[in-house]
Amino acid sequence: MKLKVLNQMVLRFPSLSENERFARLAVSGFISSLDPAVDELSEIKTAVSEAVTNCIVHAYRDTVGEIRMEVRLLEGCRLYISVKDKGCGIADVARAREPLFTTAPDEERAGLGFAIMESFSDKLRVTSRPEHGTTVTMLRTLRTRKPQNGSGS
Amino acid sequence: MPVTVFYDAATRTVLAELSGDIDHCSAKGMRGPIDDEIMKRLPLRLILDFENVSFMDSSGIGLIIGRYKLMNDLGGTLITVNPKPEIKKLMELGGVQRLCSIIYQKRRSLIGGIKI
Repeated sequence: MKLKVLNQMVLRFPSLSENERFARLAVSGFISSLDPAVDELSEIKTAVSEAVTNCIVHAYRDTVGEIRMEVRLLEGCRLYISVKDKGCGIADVARAREPLFTTAPDEERAGLGFAIMESFSDKLRVTSRPEHGTTVTMLRTLRTRKPQNGSGS
Repeated sequence: MPVTVFYDAATRTVLAELSGDIDHCSAKGMRGPIDDEIMKRLPLRLILDFENVSFMDSSGIGLIIGRYKLMNDLGGTLITVNPKPEIKKLMELGGVQRLCSIIYQKRRSLIGGIKI
């Protein structure tokens, strides 16, 4: 079953550290019309921040590349977020998703990025090809307080 | 300033008030002032005050773990205080409560009033 897309946006921006803030504020603005609860909004912002930080710290480690973020609001208040890079890729995705696993301990990376994305979304998908890049997709149903067109069917 | 650092000689406590968003970008600038004060004072405890922190991701957990290790090496302790509920939830997800206590205390009594 294909869900109807009610609203969507695509952003492309370089993997600069200051864009971590930009990315989560953009998502926050995009869903603001749904009037999300404080904790819900905070979790979504955190998950986006982790995904974008991974691109900056790992995918484009010694370089600057493009990050493509796509956000869709689907019927039933389902939020779809995908963050894509064309960076170094991940050889072993299962291992990278393990809590506390990090390839950058010297920079005080806690190794919790994927664990946080996982617990703050209903579904997390990570696809990656070494030397080609990584795509992280998160799905989350919002418990919105405002009725939406086309929801609930 | 994203971080303001105080020292109380009577209790040998360094208090660091963090503010704004803690992410990979801002955490880099917070580590320096805190670590400089710790190395200068060699305190018995470090208090990280999260009251004015509006957002945090795993970089904040990295920041806490890093300061915990430093204080542990010096034989001191770390206390985190006053995080907002959603930030406390993230801290607990990262296992911060296993390294230090997370407590709520009024600002005025922060330095003298906290029992280790």
